[in-house]
Amino acid sequence: MQRYIVVRLFHALLALFAMSIIVFSLARISGNPMDVLLPEDATEQDFIQTAELWGLDKPLHIQYLVYLGNVLKGDFGVSIKWPGRSTRDLIFARLPATLQLSALSLVVAALLALPLGVMVAVKKDTGIDYAGKVVALLGQAAPSFWVGIILIWIFAVTLGWLPASGREGVASLVMPAFALGWFQVAAVMRLTRSSMLEVLDSEYVKLARIKGIPNWKVVWKHCLRNAAIAPLTYFGFILGGFLTGSVVIETVFAWPGVGLLAIDALRARDFQVVQSVVLFFGVIYIASNLLVDILYAYLDPRIRYTS
Amino acid sequence: MANVAQALPESSRELGGRIQRGMNWARRFPLLSLAVLLFVLVTPAVFADYVAPHDPFKGNILERLQPPAWLEGGSWSHPLGTDKLGRDMLSRIIYGARISLTIAAISIVCGGLVGTTLGLLAGYFGGLWDHIIMRLVDIKISIPSILLALILAAALGPSYFTVIIVVALTLWTRYARLVRGEVLSMRSQDFVAKARVAGASTSRIILRHLLPNVVNTIIVLATLEVGVVIILEASLSFLGAGIPPPNPAWGLMVADGRALVINAWWLSFFPGLAILLTVLSMNLLGDWLRDRLDPKLRNV
Repeated sequence: MQRYIVVRLFHALLALFAMSIIVFSLARISGNPMDVLLPEDATEQDFIQTAELWGLDKPLHIQYLVYLGNVLKGDFGVSIKWPGRSTRDLIFARLPATLQLSALSLVVAALLALPLGVMVAVKKDTGIDYAGKVVALLGQAAPSFWVGIILIWIFAVTLGWLPASGREGVASLVMPAFALGWFQVAAVMRLTRSSMLEVLDSEYVKLARIKGIPNWKVVWKHCLRNAAIAPLTYFGFILGGFLTGSVVIETVFAWPGVGLLAIDALRARDFQVVQSVVLFFGVIYIASNLLVDILYAYLDPRIRYTS
Repeated sequence: MANVAQALPESSRELGGRIQRGMNWARRFPLLSLAVLLFVLVTPAVFADYVAPHDPFKGNILERLQPPAWLEGGSWSHPLGTDKLGRDMLSRIIYGARISLTIAAISIVCGGLVGTTLGLLAGYFGGLWDHIIMRLVDIKISIPSILLALILAAALGPSYFTVIIVVALTLWTRYARLVRGEVLSMRSQDFVAKARVAGASTSRIILRHLLPNVVNTIIVLATLEVGVVIILEASLSFLGAGIPPPNPAWGLMVADGRALVINAWWLSFFPGLAILLTVLSMNLLGDWLRDRLDPKLRNV
């Protein structure tokens, strides 16, 4: 187990290193990094400051070390769109909104997907089961940003039940959370269905039935408890996906989170802010994948011995 | 579980059976999805210059925000209405198909070529090659495409080039893994050993003996990926990290319509519907091809 964790940790570090190299070289690929790092109307003072911060007068490998040092300190220099604010402050100011949205959509996904998965498993080969398949097919084909806009059109514009965008009150959270959670529903539903089918066929379920336990209790208590393990570990995996999926959904609903910060910065060609959000999300993504890997290996010893 | 299924009302099972038969039919004869593809996508995209009723870039500001023809205020000269600059929606969607298909074709070919080559090398030579290539795959998988797209667009600006790079970088890993796995299982088979005894060079073994055996897998994977690519490209364009305006990319059109959803829902609705139909029919076609050519890929 220890060896497995060390190997995984090493891989995660490799991925982080690769990502830092990509970001580092992209700022320098166009020839003059100043073109990318500074706005067109930058002053002489800005040039001197930026050159000093990133060590631009030194050889390339030293520049990389300087860059790495700055990144580890969270020091990304001046922002173009939001002058005078460090990118670290910008990210941490927006983080609660993103976490709130991700957490709620995870709950939405779980509350929808688990019961639906159980239902289609119990009603296997009926209209309900096939309706579930059709929903999954459509869910794969509909782009999330479009579904978000259709939701706005129906529930905000036509019916007027929910606010179309922004972050004011609980009502404004409903549509973004649903839109973000929805896209995991299809996958988790299928996963729950297949593991439920396996459990429903097992000996202890037959025994429970012979003992005369009511059907609902067999299904929702005896079966679901065992069948839920696979979809639950999958939830850990999609947590990282939520962070990047939130970039799209936050843009659709003008939800003031870290994803929208990146898009606003991109529109203003504010490279400093974009690179810090990308690195920040990257670290979270890689770290959460690492955690899931370790969790999996802990739950299922076959993994840590074969790989 | 048979008892539960039997306990269900007759009508429900009957309905299930009918849907199942319908789906089986659609799977076996993907005529519907092929027809949708050809009539909605490929033909108009190839012959856009003849099919599109209007210039997708030129608008008439006097005709701006016209609703679709069947609504009040719409006219049949703009069947799906016009956008905020008075450009014809139908023509823009037709030209958008061309963009989506071109991007998908180029990036799948690029990603497929790189991935297949690396997969062949890793599978055939094994050892250090295999180790390095598979580590590269691991690294790529742990960097989400959307982050790559953001940083590329921020450094180089949004363009066709950035989209193709991002998509190709996302795709190659799957080819590399699959091809490597297949080659690994074939490497020790008799026909490879016999070819070597007969004096075939390494490159001949790889290109003439191994590659033809993985072509089916590659074709199926490529078809299954068209839908993924179209959604990814549309998402990037929607975010402003993909195709730059004023090009009629579907994702851009949905984004343009977002602010006007209050009085002009058709601006976002129709381009999104085009994405949905295209991806859906491509996925069905891919499923069918997989079942015909390469049932091993069931779980991919």
